[in-house]
Amino acid sequence: MRARVLIRPKAGILDPQGQAVERALPALGFEGVRNVHIGRLVELDVEDPSQLPAMCEQLLANPLVEDYEVLG
Amino acid sequence: MKFGVIQFPGSCDERDALSAVSRVGDGVLLWHRDHDLQDVDAVIVPGGFSYGDYLRAGALARFSPLMEEVERFARHGGLVLGICNGFQVLCEAGLLPGALLPNTSLRFVCRQVDLEIVSVGSKWTSACEPGDILSIPAKHQTGRYWAPDPVLDELDANGQVVLRYARGENFNGSARDIAGVSNAAGNVVGLMPHPEHAVDALTGSADGLRLFESAALIAA
Repeated sequence: MRARVLIRPKAGILDPQGQAVERALPALGFEGVRNVHIGRLVELDVEDPSQLPAMCEQLLANPLVEDYEVLG
Repeated sequence: MKFGVIQFPGSCDERDALSAVSRVGDGVLLWHRDHDLQDVDAVIVPGGFSYGDYLRAGALARFSPLMEEVERFARHGGLVLGICNGFQVLCEAGLLPGALLPNTSLRFVCRQVDLEIVSVGSKWTSACEPGDILSIPAKHQTGRYWAPDPVLDELDANGQVVLRYARGENFNGSARDIAGVSNAAGNVVGLMPHPEHAVDALTGSADGLRLFESAALIAA
């Protein structure tokens, strides 16, 4: 099956990428944007989706600094 | 004293590391696909961009066959030094606490930095004195040391903070100005700046030699 895993920086850890985007949007006229955080999306075909959390723990994410969510 | 320097695809500082250790002992290049540490007394995981920094810096190199041997070596008290990308690899491998995140500036920074020796309990700083200042170059984009506060407290309490950026020198936003840490036993050390690039006054500083001399004294 096709699976998607969303990986995000943990709350409370400074995310300079998100901050840079947050500062850039008003320059284009988009006001009222706050709390921008940038993560990544991993798409993969897997035979056994029950292995996805272990894949995240061991490789796809660094659980110390990133949260992951299997989107199914 | 025989040092082994690992070469991954994408390593770029292994030659300088070999040149640096040749001033205090012998050095051999270790290929990441091998399973043989060639009876070295110390292992250096060098700087560069192993596996292109794909996924996360250091994330893929830890699965190289030789890293299994390095993990075993480290857990038996063997001397291991991770420099820059090598520090990232050792954190990803769980041999050192914490993680390296992108610099707060999001920029690749290359500059000479002053580092303060904090702990001389590690095997790689045993020939230094606390408070010594080393002038060593740093060059990276992913060098912001981070660990949860309780872990940082523990590192401070255990003397595992080996080096800090001197006042005003923390250009990457590292937690508590940490530039280098050790494991609890002190045999595994990682740091972002490059001691192997500071081994001759001709190129600005020979302060980096202190780390390699420390390791050589331990092994002697």
